[in-house]
Amino acid sequence: MEEMRILSPTAILGYGFPLDSLKRGLARQPHAIAVDAGSTDPGPYYLGSGESFTNRAAVKRDLSLMLEAAVNRKIPLLIGTAGGSGGEPHLKRDCELVVEIAREKGLHFRMAVIHAEVDKERVRGALRRGEVKPSGPAPPLREEDLDETVRIVGQMGYEPIIGAMKAGAEVILAGRAYDPSVFAAPAVKRGFDPGLAIHLGKILECGAIAASPGSGSDCLLGCLGRGYFEVEPLNPIRRCTVTSVAAHTLYEKTDPLALPGPGGLLDLKEARFEQAGEGRVRVTGSRFIPADRYWVKLEGVKKAGYRTISIAGCRDPVMVKEIDGVIESVRERVRDNFKELGYEYFLDFKLYGKNGVMGALEPERQAVSHELGIIIEAVAETQDLADTICGFARSTMLHCSYPGRVATAGNLAFPYSPSDFKGGAVYQFSVYHLMAVADPYELFPLELINV
Amino acid sequence: MKKVRITELAGVIRSKNSGPYELTFDIIFKDRRAFELARRSGLFRKELFAELYGVGVKKVIGVVEFAEANAIKATIVRPVVSGAPGETDVYGAQQHAPLLSIEVPVV
Repeated sequence: MEEMRILSPTAILGYGFPLDSLKRGLARQPHAIAVDAGSTDPGPYYLGSGESFTNRAAVKRDLSLMLEAAVNRKIPLLIGTAGGSGGEPHLKRDCELVVEIAREKGLHFRMAVIHAEVDKERVRGALRRGEVKPSGPAPPLREEDLDETVRIVGQMGYEPIIGAMKAGAEVILAGRAYDPSVFAAPAVKRGFDPGLAIHLGKILECGAIAASPGSGSDCLLGCLGRGYFEVEPLNPIRRCTVTSVAAHTLYEKTDPLALPGPGGLLDLKEARFEQAGEGRVRVTGSRFIPADRYWVKLEGVKKAGYRTISIAGCRDPVMVKEIDGVIESVRERVRDNFKELGYEYFLDFKLYGKNGVMGALEPERQAVSHELGIIIEAVAETQDLADTICGFARSTMLHCSYPGRVATAGNLAFPYSPSDFKGGAVYQFSVYHLMAVADPYELFPLELINV
Repeated sequence: MKKVRITELAGVIRSKNSGPYELTFDIIFKDRRAFELARRSGLFRKELFAELYGVGVKKVIGVVEFAEANAIKATIVRPVVSGAPGETDVYGAQQHAPLLSIEVPVV
């Protein structure tokens, strides 16, 4: 094959795309349709709770169109990081959706489900053997962290996905996968250069974000040849430019010249970008350098407790001026009130209008706003205790005194009744580490289903 | 020495997570000339980002020039791991504001 075309309909399954863009992409007779369905970006909650951050109805809409297009054309459909986080409950949700759509549309195909959850005892064994190391600035992993961790996934490379294709799967639902993997897999399987295939995957995985104007809910087409790849948008309002594509290469990455991934490094020092036509950009020179050992990135989370928040506003100029002291006195009152009971909790106040967005990184420390948005937040071991702390902090702040106070009716403006909201379980990242494996398939069992 | 505001030279200035432990900043200049001007100024070093965000130089993981995109990017250690208690910006997408005040000395 001289040139392989891979269609990326959207940045994340469930983010949507215009039907016209998909049609234009299909008219180009792609050899595969691939989509990334997840990320760690929405934070640790989704991996911990097993919920997806993408809405079921929105995912079903995208999936229906893609499934029908792929199955009718007999080209593979590849979905990476199913269900948003790529753990077992996430895979299950998307698997059920695929089966539901297939039944409704009368589609039949062979589906591969590639699991990506990693047993923590396996990680413990690797840790004891010295085969686990931090990814980036993460602290060294301790066994105590593993004890508390509720779910761990590994990021698969393209190898298990190629394995699924070789096993005859037409639809591949992968658990947590390195974002470019599902795009690179069909190309590497056909003998294309892994460096170019992974780099193409890196650009395709965000849909039309790499175009100008960019969009996470529109399609992008990748064409991979011998020694180059090209990308182009499928919506006439967008163009791929050297800048838009090159700039996307550095998106969300620490070093755009050296991108570490499963099994090695994508080296872009020699990568060159050129305008190949109206809205189309050609890339050459991307190289993949295999590592001495195959390392897989692990992502894991632990439960941090339960959250309750209260949202309020303050418009009193004296209180706005005194707000730091008010917060300190509320903290102290809460501490004092429950000290005999030995409650453990996290209490935080976010002040919108004063360091609310940047917190510790805010260079402008003094409030200049005439009003403040206040979020009182409590996190504790049970929802009940979080409710107790948040409610008590809220009532204390509502009625507390401060220097110069003239408005004695109440310090806070609540937009809602009830004023307090149960946030449910809270998770935090506890594992973000690399684990050495004997081979790329080791952590990712394959299951084949006839749909 | 003449100084040019960064917003006159750059078309994109943004922040984002690079994984849950890192915050990364992209400054994409309008053209090669603006990029070269910025590069030659010698301003874009770890010290600049440490100062803008009030963090130690050791918290600045790196400053990288990417000529193909006319871009300079810097990455710092997140003060809070994404989504952990005390978080204010899970995606890290609104931490770019201090960069807008950079003035580039033109030599």
